[in-house]
Amino acid sequence: MNVHEYQAKELMRQFGISLLNGGVAKTADEAVEVAKKLGGKVWVVKAQIHAGGRGKGGGVKVAKSMDEVKKYASQILGMQLVTHQTGPEGKKVNQILIEQGCEIAHEYYVGIVLDRSKGKIIMMASREGGVEIEKVAAESPEKIIKATIDPASGFAPSTGRKLAYGLGLEGDIQKKAIKFFEGLYNLYIQKDCSIAEINPLVVTKQGDVIALDAKLNFDENALFRHPEIEALRDPTEESAQELEAHKYGLSYISLDGNIGCLVNGAGLAMGTLDIIKIHGGTPANFLDVGGGATKETVQKAFTIILQDKNVKAILVNIFGGIMKCDIIADGVISAARELALKVPLVVRLEGTNVALGKKMLNESGLKITPADDLADAAKKVVAAAKGGN
Amino acid sequence: MAILVGRDTKLITIGLTGKQGTFHTLQSRDYGTKVVGGVTPGKGGIKHEGIPVYNTVADAVGETEANAAMVFVPPAFAADSILECIEMEMPLVIAITEGIPILDMIKIKAALQNSKTRLIGPNCPGIITPGECKIGIMPGHIHMPGRVGVISRSGTLTYEAVYQLTQREIGQSTCVGIGGDPVNGTNFIDCLKLFEKDKDTDAVIMIGEIGGSAETEAARWIKQNFSKPVVSFIAGASAPKGKRMGHAGAIISGGDDTAEAKFRILQECGVTIARSPAELGEKVAEVL
Repeated sequence: MNVHEYQAKELMRQFGISLLNGGVAKTADEAVEVAKKLGGKVWVVKAQIHAGGRGKGGGVKVAKSMDEVKKYASQILGMQLVTHQTGPEGKKVNQILIEQGCEIAHEYYVGIVLDRSKGKIIMMASREGGVEIEKVAAESPEKIIKATIDPASGFAPSTGRKLAYGLGLEGDIQKKAIKFFEGLYNLYIQKDCSIAEINPLVVTKQGDVIALDAKLNFDENALFRHPEIEALRDPTEESAQELEAHKYGLSYISLDGNIGCLVNGAGLAMGTLDIIKIHGGTPANFLDVGGGATKETVQKAFTIILQDKNVKAILVNIFGGIMKCDIIADGVISAARELALKVPLVVRLEGTNVALGKKMLNESGLKITPADDLADAAKKVVAAAKGGN
Repeated sequence: MAILVGRDTKLITIGLTGKQGTFHTLQSRDYGTKVVGGVTPGKGGIKHEGIPVYNTVADAVGETEANAAMVFVPPAFAADSILECIEMEMPLVIAITEGIPILDMIKIKAALQNSKTRLIGPNCPGIITPGECKIGIMPGHIHMPGRVGVISRSGTLTYEAVYQLTQREIGQSTCVGIGGDPVNGTNFIDCLKLFEKDKDTDAVIMIGEIGGSAETEAARWIKQNFSKPVVSFIAGASAPKGKRMGHAGAIISGGDDTAEAKFRILQECGVTIARSPAELGEKVAEVL
């Protein structure tokens, strides 16, 4: 789960990480109020959306007067901000963060991620801050310093020293940097983050170590023990269909093709999208009904798939293990009837209770194209979507 | 026996008395697995479907000769159950539970180091040696005893592969679901090492996914160390970057974790690749 920069910063403040003062606004007038309260001569107006690259897209502006604060706030609020992470349609800006300015001496990068193959946590830092870290990693990996942290021993002073010396930080600034790293690590562990990224982390001309930007991702599987994080969820940032699917235990992701897919199991669902592409079609969605689906969840899955107006045909691909084929058949039949399904439907059933499931579909009187196996199903649904049926 | 489980396996189920735990334990017992007990704190002393229930793993280990444990405990408590098994030196633990927090798995991973326990999963369908022993949620009837090993990150794709094999009358030695989470107990290489030594296995199917580097590490290991033919499919060639495709581990974050990159590296390392999941059975028939 993602949160906004201002929410991430509020959490970081609780862990002793130093930040600039700031406040959130939803209107230009509120923005001026916030800026007045902050004082100073320079303010930064920052769009709050769940995507990186906001500066390049025009979502971050430096204001040198109250008039400019008002001007930039009005420009940014309500804009459709396009960055390399939003897709071409962009994201609407509903909130902005107004922060004090600061005098930057150098920009750095620091991040914490999971090392999957070792099953440990890695803290990374680089002198190449303020730019896309993926580029640095690809072009000059030696410029990224890494420290592996064992959860049993936790953050050690030596970890902090390794990173700080690696960045060329010494003396008082090094002490502040180590305190910063330790705070970030503690936040990562105590709040079950999956990514914590500060880009840039800046050292100011006054010698302060400050997080200028902040990105935190949280492990969805751990939200049950963090209601305070769940409360930060911004539904306007997530697809309405994906959220609705989630409520019913369905895993749904919208894609840009025209073949709706209903599959059980994440791997088979991915494999189904792949085979549709191999046969020349384009999937409209990923949808895993999971192992515990009922007649109702199958119906719901159909409703969600059909909300996408691009859908020209639907493929149901079920390999029943826990999932029984007759339950799927029952759900398919009632969904097709209640939703007065108009697009062609191809169904491939295999596994537990398959004979019963197939019989139910045959006797339903509905126009359903049965498929014998995975390849047959893909061919038939691709033909149907092209109008050949 | 083939690898990891067989006729000598004696199973306890942690979370036996829950709905899922009961259903799948009975299914496993019907298949022929020797089920010797179950653990549900607070229900020790009763018999559930004829299976003795204990309060702790320690009690179950003391009273039975269990050498394998299947974990059906909800995600919030699963890590605790796995740690309890590690503490009791349970040789094999199969965690079916989906949704265990990553940081819990990191702690488990650390506890597994230098322990006597091998963990399969979590978020996996389990493990089966056809005709001998089934521990997990896979449909037993699609399997057939034979000489092809299967290792997979995905449950239903494993069924798909097994089904294609059985239709061609190619049997399986052991099928291991290693799970769809980013951090798991046993990886592809661990299983390949066992299959390399196994006299009952002639070839292996390896089913991977986008995300992480487990498949590419396995590919390089195969090139150096594995003498039997391997057929591989990677799910998610059509997945967009940055979107988690159902499994917590199936997300492209950049670099060599796309399906395309994994296919390429597998091929370079001498693995036979199946571009389509419908070709797995056919490709195995070709390499045998």
